Amino acid sequence: MSATVLLSVAAAILAVAVHAQPPSAGQSPPGAPAGDAARGKALFVKNGCYQCHNYEGQGGAAGPRIAPNPLPFQGLVGYVRAPRGDMPPYTVKVMSDQDLADVHAYLRSRPRPPAVSSVPLLAR
Amino acid sequence: MNRRGFLKRASLAGAAAMATPGAAVDAQTPAPRAASTPIMSAAAETAVPSDPDVLTAERTGSDFMVDVLKSLGLEYICANPGSSFRGIHESVINYGGNAHPELITCCHEESSVAMGHGYAKVAGKPLGVFAHGTVGLQHAAMAIYNAWCDRVPVYIMLGNQLDATLRRPGAEWAHSVQDAAAMVRDFSKWDDAPMSLPHFAESAVRAYKIAMTPPTAPVVLVLNAELQEQPLGADVRISIPKLTIPAPPEGDSHAVAEAARLLVAAEHPVIVADRVARTPAGMAHLVELAETLQAAVINQAGRMNFPSRHPLNQTGTRAIADADVILALEANDLWGVLNTLRDQIHRSSHALTKPGVKVISLTSGDLYVKANYQDFQRFVDVDLAIAGDAEATLPSLVEAVKRATTGDRKRIFESRGAKLAEASSAAQERSRLDASYAWDASPVSTARLCAEVWGQIKNEDWALVNGTAGWATRLWNFDKPYQWIGGSGGAGIGYGAPAAVGAALAHKPHGRLVVNLQTDGDLMYAPGVLWTAAHHRIPLLSVMHNNRAYHQELMHVQKMCNRHNRGVDRGRIGSELVDPPIDYAKVAQGLGVHAEGPITDPKDVGPAIARAIATVKRGEPALVDVVCQPR
Repeated sequence: MSATVLLSVAAAILAVAVHAQPPSAGQSPPGAPAGDAARGKALFVKNGCYQCHNYEGQGGAAGPRIAPNPLPFQGLVGYVRAPRGDMPPYTVKVMSDQDLADVHAYLRSRPRPPAVSSVPLLAR
Repeated sequence: MNRRGFLKRASLAGAAAMATPGAAVDAQTPAPRAASTPIMSAAAETAVPSDPDVLTAERTGSDFMVDVLKSLGLEYICANPGSSFRGIHESVINYGGNAHPELITCCHEESSVAMGHGYAKVAGKPLGVFAHGTVGLQHAAMAIYNAWCDRVPVYIMLGNQLDATLRRPGAEWAHSVQDAAAMVRDFSKWDDAPMSLPHFAESAVRAYKIAMTPPTAPVVLVLNAELQEQPLGADVRISIPKLTIPAPPEGDSHAVAEAARLLVAAEHPVIVADRVARTPAGMAHLVELAETLQAAVINQAGRMNFPSRHPLNQTGTRAIADADVILALEANDLWGVLNTLRDQIHRSSHALTKPGVKVISLTSGDLYVKANYQDFQRFVDVDLAIAGDAEATLPSLVEAVKRATTGDRKRIFESRGAKLAEASSAAQERSRLDASYAWDASPVSTARLCAEVWGQIKNEDWALVNGTAGWATRLWNFDKPYQWIGGSGGAGIGYGAPAAVGAALAHKPHGRLVVNLQTDGDLMYAPGVLWTAAHHRIPLLSVMHNNRAYHQELMHVQKMCNRHNRGVDRGRIGSELVDPPIDYAKVAQGLGVHAEGPITDPKDVGPAIARAIATVKRGEPALVDVVCQPR
């Protein structure tokens, strides 16, 4: 896959992701099954989510940022079952709704970034 | 007649051929050989021969070849040794004094060519490569393909023993070939197999001229072993043709005027730049065009085209979607800029541009294309196609734009430029925010890695010569024409490390701090190039983006796992570089390079880079292995 295609897909997904409402890290959002963040972390790696979104869900050259503010749970489920861009589809056979709930909990549990102004290396 | 006696006669016959056309035919006719090999004895070995054999020669054909190479200005020859070019190897180091050109000892022919690839993009001229015409070229082939796709000149010379009756039994047969260059003819610009020294002189100069004429590309000369090793009489004089590099092809003046008219009239002109800047002047020309028009620039980064923090730099923004006129300069994949393709079972695509957009292409790619290897990408509908070298054409395009610009348009340009500057500033802020996510994560985020490197080099005279430039271009201030050289061209893995060493070799006289963001999978193709850097004291800072995988391919395999609905937990088989994890610091140390790592804590990255830079400033290579997030 070319970097151009990946970036295009990333941009498309990001357009959805950035509109997500910030969920609270410790609680399941309305409509979402209870999630186990520790199990979600293992699933995030086992199922290759990290490959495009990186281990913290921070995004990168191949995929958009999805943590710590992921899409609302139902939106996440809808997208991974039938992605509109280049992202490979995850069927129920591969990842159950409970698996996705655990991943969702893991993503919400990721730490907030430090303020940019507090990081000297990111100074202008 | 013994072998050398034959060669002497052949040489004289060849020289005479200059004045007596047709005489050379006799010189190529082999002398009769003995019917059987004589049985040697002590008496035979020690007796004074009745017909004294000539066993030495003060001057050989390969000496003349070195004279020719010197006349071309070749500074270096990259090679690992091979018997088929032993003659010219010896001539370079002894007759030529191992200077201009100097032999650079390599450990793989792919490294030799990729070094030449990186070198040429900094030096603006090729270096030479020696390789066997068979096994050496087979090793070198992928690197030649990369250089060809990237339109970069590399001057490749292959050893070959063409005369079957003169080959030593065994390996020399396996190392001989009828048409050595055939294997790479589809992805080299020109080749020849000279049959005499005058022929070599003409072809050597011709090859250099062709390689350096835009679109530049690799060329191949086959050096017959007999031609290299034949004695030359002291009175033999062969002239070396004069080298004159053609002026690069400029676009047609009428077409340039029409392009200027379209650009000046546009409300949202966008300039897409890929392999534009062939020379340090290229960036200045593009900046002048963009500033004259106050047009958005999307830098495809095939070369150091445009400053990363210039207010008109709109890379990564939606500028292409808003464009009403697009000027594509040496765009390798213009279709990919204008469209997106969805890589699912049923591949589909859609345009990223709005209807009615006018597309102008200005590229030397329209002057040169081959059929078999399809690096030319998908065909694009363009409204105005200008065949010519973009860098050479830019000055006349700038002047045409200035002539076509009225006072009213100038005011509109200024208003547009202010908006673009705001968008650029916002994009830079967004980059800093994006980089802050996973800031303290382990493995180290690729953004943190680039920020740590930037923190150590930003006050130096630096150049980035390899790596995934994404985060670097978002966070670093690229504002000098030598600070980036583009990528591999053909996406053949194994380019990065040797190209970085070659580029560092070209930067060395300038005393710049040369940085290589080195991926792990790439380094494992031919890590011996680190030894070459150590051996030749080539200062180079390599910071590893070590994600312990051939990660691009890992994502492809995962996609197939998903598509086939069989789970993705086994998708890493065959793509990961773990169990055991490779200790790149030890690899580098074993090859004579200062190295630290593996580093997993982001707080340790900066200090390790600082120590490595101290080594580099002493004129040596250094490597810092950082275990990173995938992308």
